[in-house]
Amino acid sequence: MIPGVDFLVPAVYFAAAVMFIYGLKGMSSPVTARSGMIWAGVAMLLAVLVTFIHPKVEGNYLLMVIALVSASALAWWWAKVVAMTDMPQMIALYNGMGGGSAAAIAAVELLKLHSGQVQMVPTTLLVASFGAIIGSIAFSGSLIAYAKLQGWMRKSWRFPGQQLFNLLVFAATIGLGVWIFIDGPTPMLLLLFFSLALLAGVLLTVPIGGADMPVVISLYNALTGLAVGFKGYVLEIPALMIAGIVVGAAGTLLTQLMAKAMNRSLTNVLFAGFGKADEDATGSAASGEMRAIDATDAAIQMAYAEKVIIVPGYGLAVAQAQHKIWELTELLTSRGVKVTFAIHPVAGRMPGHMNVLLAEAGVPYDLIYDLEDINAQFPTTDVALVIGANDVVNPAARKDTTSPIYGMPILDVDRARNCIVVKRGQGTGFSGIENLLFFEDNTRMLYGDAQKVAQALISGIKALG
Amino acid sequence: MEGWIALYIFMLAAFTGIEVIRRVPAILHTPLMSGSNFIHGIVVVGGMVVLGMADTTAEIIVGFIAVFLGAGNAVGGYVVTERMLEMFKSSGTKPEKKD
Repeated sequence: MIPGVDFLVPAVYFAAAVMFIYGLKGMSSPVTARSGMIWAGVAMLLAVLVTFIHPKVEGNYLLMVIALVSASALAWWWAKVVAMTDMPQMIALYNGMGGGSAAAIAAVELLKLHSGQVQMVPTTLLVASFGAIIGSIAFSGSLIAYAKLQGWMRKSWRFPGQQLFNLLVFAATIGLGVWIFIDGPTPMLLLLFFSLALLAGVLLTVPIGGADMPVVISLYNALTGLAVGFKGYVLEIPALMIAGIVVGAAGTLLTQLMAKAMNRSLTNVLFAGFGKADEDATGSAASGEMRAIDATDAAIQMAYAEKVIIVPGYGLAVAQAQHKIWELTELLTSRGVKVTFAIHPVAGRMPGHMNVLLAEAGVPYDLIYDLEDINAQFPTTDVALVIGANDVVNPAARKDTTSPIYGMPILDVDRARNCIVVKRGQGTGFSGIENLLFFEDNTRMLYGDAQKVAQALISGIKALG
Repeated sequence: MEGWIALYIFMLAAFTGIEVIRRVPAILHTPLMSGSNFIHGIVVVGGMVVLGMADTTAEIIVGFIAVFLGAGNAVGGYVVTERMLEMFKSSGTKPEKKD
């Protein structure tokens, strides 16, 4: 007997849900991550294909195919051509699309409810409206996050009474949701409802600074997951419920991990803004002086070291120096120097971003260590080479209670025997906080563009024969 | 669907999500965020269902948008994640030169 559609569709959705969870599980280790992704990809493909014979689907097949093919082609092409450094905003963009999709689904459902074609029990209507709000916020918020990371919107837009205003907009959105809940949706009411929800997403995101964007993107990722889960409930597709809520929960945890790595609470990220705190405090002024070193001396120091730890920061990625750094690493390794990489959880633009950038240059992931794994190694390290990182190696986080970053976990490069800091100039850098590391006795400053410096170090070591 | 059953599904899925992620090394945070971003692209299925049910012009337009955005989420999320993951190699396997 050939199984009927009523069996086949839910069966494939069930299999897809299992494969999604299995795939996500696979992504918790670098060894199985790729196969995990393939599982999830196959699950997605099967789920989409079987939806064509879903009992509720009665028409518009051509439009469906057009939407699927055009969006896929566009998203595929765009995701292929962007540079690796721009990945975070691409995640924001595609996440926003998911949130927008969830909101659009809610809109259709509510329109159908208005025209009397579908009936909803109060719970379903509530879940549908709530999903609509979350999806809309994730959509417009993610697009703002995209614009900010892309550099289209540099200013953090703030005005007096902003939080009160945001609260009012949010309350009005909820109020309209309640109105829809009680009186039933009309097209005008829905238009207003979605406009306000979209506005809330914009207002929530515009005051947040670029450095905090990763946490915000992660939060919107979790929100989209929730919205998708709620849509699954409304449409009675458990696979959507499971996939959505799994992502919602995982995303929430990931958001917290990220916020913790930046020594911030989530409320602080959303409602305070780092930039504002900095205007009030930059920590105590450092005493002593910065001592410079030239590339030749630095090269000698590294070439005759036993153990070198390289601490890369976003400055490295901006200078596109990761390939040169890997060349330097290979050169040192061939001389018998043990070289490893230490990565702070918030190096790069989001946690793990630096790892991706190093991986792009060919650095094997087993040479790359997390903060907890490597900090004990610094006291026995001959040279710690800091490139383009600043706050994450600032000992003020341990020593200076007045510093805004006090308490943030840092890489203890100041405990290495020698510390070489590659930096473009003498300024305090991105956050404006004085870095005590630069004034330590064992620290030498190597001024210049990261890529040129790396090249100079390579030449210097090669000259030693 | 019965409300309580749905609540149980939500609860179990939430625990699953947390457990699956809990012990992830920081190295995978970005790929993982991207991967979970891909997984909620399953919303495209919901989009297809509502577009398949749509009758009026307004419903069809909004349904079309739902499918379009959902498909973009799924495909874009997949490609971005895949591009990141293909770069992770251990020192055991010789890194192949790509051009």
